[in-house]
Amino acid sequence: MKYDVIIGLEVHAQLQTKTKIFCGCATDFTPDAPNIRTCPVCLGLPGALPVLNRRAFEMAVKAALGLRCQIAHFTKWDRKQYFYPDLPKGYQISQYDLPFSHSGLMEIPADPEVAGAEGLTRKVRIIRAHLEDDAGKNIHDESGRGSESQVDLNRAGTPLVEIVTEPDLRSPKEARMLLEEIRLLLLYFGVSDCNMQEGNLRCDANINLHLHHDSGITTKTPIVEIKNLNSFRFLEQACEYEVSRQLKTYGHLEEIADRTKRTFGYDPQRGVTIEQRSKEEAADYRYFPDPDLVPVIVTADQIQLWQADLPERPQDRRQRYQTELGLSPYDAGVIIEQGRAFADFFEQIVAHGAESKQASNWITQEIQRILNERKCSIGEFPVSAELVGTILRKVSDKQLTLKAAREALDALVSYSEENTVSQETLEKVIQERGLSIVQNDELLLNIIQQVIQKNPKPVADYLGGKQAAAGSLLGQVMREARGADPQLVKSLVTQALDALKSGNS
Amino acid sequence: MTLEAGSSLKTGSGTGTSSIGSLFKALNSGTTTSRQIVESCLNAIDQRDGSIGAFLHIDRERALQAAEASDLRRSTGEVRGPLDGLPISIKDAICEAGQPATCASRILEGYVSPYSATVIDRLHAAGAIPLGRVNLDEFAMGSSSENSAYQLTHNPWDLTRTPGGSSSGSAASVAARMVPGSLGSDTGGSIRQPASLCGIVGLKPTYGRVSRYGLVAFASSLEQIGPFSLDVFGAAALLQTIAGHDPHDSTCVNTPAEDYLQTLDTPLADLRIGVPKEYFGEGLDPEVQNIVEEALAVYSQHGAKLIPVELPHSKYSVATYYIIAPSEASSNLARFDGIHYGYRSPNFTDLESLYAASRGEGFGPEVKRRIMLGTYALSAGYADKYYVKALQIRRLIRHDFDAAFQQCDVIAGPVTPTPAFRLGELTDDPLAMYLSDIYTIAANLAGIPAISIPAGWTASGLPVGLQLQGPVFTESRLLRAARMLEIDRPWIDRLPPAAGG
Repeated sequence: MKYDVIIGLEVHAQLQTKTKIFCGCATDFTPDAPNIRTCPVCLGLPGALPVLNRRAFEMAVKAALGLRCQIAHFTKWDRKQYFYPDLPKGYQISQYDLPFSHSGLMEIPADPEVAGAEGLTRKVRIIRAHLEDDAGKNIHDESGRGSESQVDLNRAGTPLVEIVTEPDLRSPKEARMLLEEIRLLLLYFGVSDCNMQEGNLRCDANINLHLHHDSGITTKTPIVEIKNLNSFRFLEQACEYEVSRQLKTYGHLEEIADRTKRTFGYDPQRGVTIEQRSKEEAADYRYFPDPDLVPVIVTADQIQLWQADLPERPQDRRQRYQTELGLSPYDAGVIIEQGRAFADFFEQIVAHGAESKQASNWITQEIQRILNERKCSIGEFPVSAELVGTILRKVSDKQLTLKAAREALDALVSYSEENTVSQETLEKVIQERGLSIVQNDELLLNIIQQVIQKNPKPVADYLGGKQAAAGSLLGQVMREARGADPQLVKSLVTQALDALKSGNS
Repeated sequence: MTLEAGSSLKTGSGTGTSSIGSLFKALNSGTTTSRQIVESCLNAIDQRDGSIGAFLHIDRERALQAAEASDLRRSTGEVRGPLDGLPISIKDAICEAGQPATCASRILEGYVSPYSATVIDRLHAAGAIPLGRVNLDEFAMGSSSENSAYQLTHNPWDLTRTPGGSSSGSAASVAARMVPGSLGSDTGGSIRQPASLCGIVGLKPTYGRVSRYGLVAFASSLEQIGPFSLDVFGAAALLQTIAGHDPHDSTCVNTPAEDYLQTLDTPLADLRIGVPKEYFGEGLDPEVQNIVEEALAVYSQHGAKLIPVELPHSKYSVATYYIIAPSEASSNLARFDGIHYGYRSPNFTDLESLYAASRGEGFGPEVKRRIMLGTYALSAGYADKYYVKALQIRRLIRHDFDAAFQQCDVIAGPVTPTPAFRLGELTDDPLAMYLSDIYTIAANLAGIPAISIPAGWTASGLPVGLQLQGPVFTESRLLRAARMLEIDRPWIDRLPPAAGG
């Protein structure tokens, strides 16, 4: 029996605004104590009213434009009502029928293991992205002694953007890849720190199977929503488990009477999905327009301004690195994955004269190695992209060997611990350490060998006893190895010719 | 500023306090002090509130201190305005930092607000003195004070009767001359109906004119905070103090408040008064009708033109209101869950029973009725039939007013179908109780301003109000029109029995 896996995602990302979405409380999540980043509004005190943080709205629009969504000219706020201790108002302020954005698109390479998908691009339609406020956190006594649960509302009121896709994904791996791409986009756009451990990026997966029975009948299994997956690995594993569970449960059935959607959680320790609430307990959120908030009107001009202000999508950058800079898909991917600051650094190296393939090798190997050793981020890298670019330009100009360039970089890094590093520092390091290509026998010898090979006549003359013939060879080598020490060149050329002489005899 | 008509000042024992206009004058002329005024209010409360039942909480010391501070300002010429030094009672649904805010509900028993409503901040900035917290129907749901979890409030004109509601304590505290003014809230008539039944002035501002920040929400899209006063001057002074943009309430309109006092004494020339036939039909007490018609005749004598207008959808007002208001209430009151503040029942075994018991024991029957109505009206499968339908009718009601105001400047009519009914008379008949708001609800649905002013008294001595409604942001027009009647037929010297009348 053949079957198709059908997956759609709902991704929640916290926006990295300075203040909460409907009040002025700070959104830093490392406060010293619970409930200190709170005020009457986010505590849901009687009489308090929400007021929209424009910055949160603009950030959410930025994210939606990144997802190639349409921005609505009119959007409103709705209350999603349910009781839970971490929800102090008894409702979440969300968007129901008129979200601020809709109809977007993300593309990922299709999972080659899906039949017929190899080499294809998976186009994943984004149904909508909307804005809402986050809940707080319930803290339960895990000792089993049954002491009181506590509620921390520091997080309550943090802006969340929820991104809902069509069920266009065809494998757990594609689900993971899409979430990774969304994360990259949000990171590059500076709208979310996407810290998954903190729960700043989390995801629900809707998954079911289309079973193609040998009889020709196709049956659809009930959709299962797996809630609150907070790592890429858990997303993929939970979907994989769910595929196998649904196959086992329904694989033999040509008719499935009850196709009600069900809600599951994922237990990563046991690697299984577990049903959370049955349909009898299915929530009726009683959405209705929040009368405390006015609708937001967005003009076409405003959308154009936002659009013009948009940074380059990481997906577009990756493509550009391949088509314009000639990087392999793999290399382009590695650089993009490291984040915007890393990719920016790479581009600056190239802008300062480095050959792009060389720059790619360097940033992913030399620079990455130093970052790992020093346990720091690219932003803290002690040598500027301009200097790295200069070093690599010297390599392509054959002024430095790669080995010497590496040594120069290492020298600059150690030098940087006590001094600021400048162009002069680089020149000083090259000179002091004798890194210049002209003093590098091996490379100079290469040049000499080439010159000898290209000039058989003067070489033969010299070998025939015409000492003066060496002069023209010397001149050519000096032209090739710019700035070389003439004494050294002279002695090396002589040595090389003498070696030929003895070889001939 | 002329304040002659109807102003009198009796600060001696027994008579209690006086109108804001006359107190302002007396303070300016130095014949009284804020301290004396506050003391006379406290005395009146001591003497009368035992039988009236308006106050839930009084902060005497703070009021006296504030009065002294005001007197000091006056002595150095730093008076902050017409309310400086005047005590104002506050409906117990409007939060003030450090003060209880029970909403007359068990579920908020002992709750003390850590922050102040914008209107309270503005009162303080104007030198006014919030004197005490006054009774209401629980969460402003009701028309009689009978839904208060704590006490009944009695009508100063007849202690066996209701002062109206839900701002029962606001109206009664002013009518009984215990304070010169009060702040209440009006969701479907909760300022105008008690003002009418207690023979004082009550104004519901245009939706968005006054910040709702700090008013415990019942039905957010309908309600406004507004003033009660013995005189029109006081209502104008209070309104211009509390009105204006507030960055904490995004439904509060971003236009500066007007100086209502400046134009107050200028009568409106060529006033066109719309008289809707729908407000004079079945159910209207004949005595109330006569009094209202006599008041309209006064306007005619001053050159106003009475124009018949139609409000064809007004018959749906009550039904529409009782879908929209409970729907919003069911959501607004979800936060009272026994978890974060307020009452928590000891009778629970798990989270669900904690919610059920706390809310079951904490809310009174009318509140529960409305939460259930609203929850039903918003439920999947019913929302389109009820909530969405009600929103459509609400729009039609608004259009009725737009059309009527093409022909007239204000719309006049009764405030309530009957004078104050007896306490206990309608408690078993919620529908009859709902109908007491039949003439006031439409203004909330349409978001327009409306004022209730004393129009006369029944043979048995019960006050009857006249309601004037205007297009949005015409509070100035309504106040001037009200002032015309006040000058012609002053009401302030007529004291209720409970105030020695």
